Amino acid sequence: MNADAKPILEVRDLEKTFGSLVAARDITVSVPAQQTVGVIGANGAGKTTFINMITGHLTPSKGSIRFEDQDITGKPSREITRLGISRSFQVAQIFPTLTVFENMCIAAAIARRKSGMFGSIATPVQSEAATAEAETAIALFQIGRYRDVTANALPQGVRKLLDIGMAVTGSPRLLLLDEPTSGISIEEKFDLMNVVMSALKTRAITVLFVEHDMEIVAQFADRVLAFYDGTVIADGTAHQTLDNPRVQELISGVRLKPAGTHA
Amino acid sequence: MQSRASLFGGLALLIAAAVAAPLLPEWVVSLSTIAFANALVVLGLVVLWRVGLVSFGQALYYCVGAYVVALTGRWIGFTDAIALVLLGGIIAGLVAAGIGFLLARYREIFFAMLSLALSMILYGVLVKTESLGSTDGFSIATPTFLGYAPHGKALGLTLYWLTLAVDAIAALLVGLYFRSVAGALAAPIRDNEIRVEFLGVSVSGIIHTKVVIAGILGGLGGALAAMSIGHVDPAMAYWTTSGGFVFVTVLAGSGYVAAAFIGSLVFEAVRSFAVDVMPQLWQMTLGSVLLLTILFLPEGLGSLVSRFRRRPAVKL
Repeated sequence: MNADAKPILEVRDLEKTFGSLVAARDITVSVPAQQTVGVIGANGAGKTTFINMITGHLTPSKGSIRFEDQDITGKPSREITRLGISRSFQVAQIFPTLTVFENMCIAAAIARRKSGMFGSIATPVQSEAATAEAETAIALFQIGRYRDVTANALPQGVRKLLDIGMAVTGSPRLLLLDEPTSGISIEEKFDLMNVVMSALKTRAITVLFVEHDMEIVAQFADRVLAFYDGTVIADGTAHQTLDNPRVQELISGVRLKPAGTHA
Repeated sequence: MQSRASLFGGLALLIAAAVAAPLLPEWVVSLSTIAFANALVVLGLVVLWRVGLVSFGQALYYCVGAYVVALTGRWIGFTDAIALVLLGGIIAGLVAAGIGFLLARYREIFFAMLSLALSMILYGVLVKTESLGSTDGFSIATPTFLGYAPHGKALGLTLYWLTLAVDAIAALLVGLYFRSVAGALAAPIRDNEIRVEFLGVSVSGIIHTKVVIAGILGGLGGALAAMSIGHVDPAMAYWTTSGGFVFVTVLAGSGYVAAAFIGSLVFEAVRSFAVDVMPQLWQMTLGSVLLLTILFLPEGLGSLVSRFRRRPAVKL
């Protein structure tokens, strides 16, 4: 980890409570630009709450979030998207009645619309820039053979790629992926992640991804945050975090066996 | 290319409609004026329809536009048709802008019923207002056109031409709107609001704008219709009036801007014909026409064009 690189995202003492339930607490994380961060943890450990606070979906109860030297704590998600943070979803969020190309075009057109209250009325949906970006994104995510297929007829993996591709057309600097490989077969997972990660590297995008598959995490993350009971219990390189005994006991489900015994 | 073709097609139809008028019987001109005025309301419904919303209360704006014309003439004696039409559109747009804060939060049946309820409130208020003639309404002053004050057949023709001009401008602007990011977001919003929000767009903001656009168009239509009829009454806000507009929208389909105008003309023609031939059963005739449309042309009359062109009616 190059710790001296300027952080793109700085989260300090973040806390989220719902009544008496503490969903997240004491989260302090600093992410340097272009790092790929894996987020692991059991269901209910606070991973999605963490992501939702960064994207403005939830307002933190305490703490602060800074993105590129700007305080974004509690800002609405639309504004945060415009500042350069994008996200994809556990269940691919695409426009099912439009083709892959149309999906990408509309996403690219939205990102290129004029600012201001009536910016989306003052910008034509078809422009050379938006069409070119749509074609580039389709090529980048290697879904060219599905270009003119209606999205509801796409295989699961292509839906995921389209979802992430749409998020990328807005030229984000930080992208949050919520379980990019959920619902994908084991054989396809690595191919999918290879395509996604090389595409995001090409665009120099900083990535935070939530993942349950430890092999995927080990292979693709520069750094891994382990969540347990609403807070970060381990933070380091993939190896450091995954080899951490508490992480093994509480998250990856592998209990450390005393030396000399065999199962 | 497609937009240029439809622009020339529309222009050709417009010129034909404008030139043919003096040669046609007076009742055809007045029927067409009403049809083309109502088409504006339908065009507003198409704007909402594309995003998956049906308003059963569009008569609210129609009525507001009509009463703005009538009351301005009655209270301050102002009768210039062009200014009055614009005023009708603006006031109806302002009403829509206010109501939009509430309506933009709702979808599907809730949107439909809430818009219906709001229009019925206006109906109720007007019915109770005796100074405005209660259910009888009142007549409106004969309109003038920048100082020109025609009567009889000339008045009908001038109103018809004014309606055509307003229609042409509205069709052009709505066509441009459909090609903008906000206009093109209709299908995406219908498909997946979450995705639209996370691409950085306010869905309720977009829907609010659509409500206002539909409101302005409703007001313009009401103002023109009121001048053509020469009379306003609360029935202009009644739910059957709204239902009629929805009927034409189903008939026309949402694929093309021009379909709203053709659909509205076909509707008025069928209704007049049905009333004339079967005075007791005209609703049944209309109902049958609607049923056949839904069965054989589920995307409306406009889809005949796309069927012919072998292209989907709704693109992006």
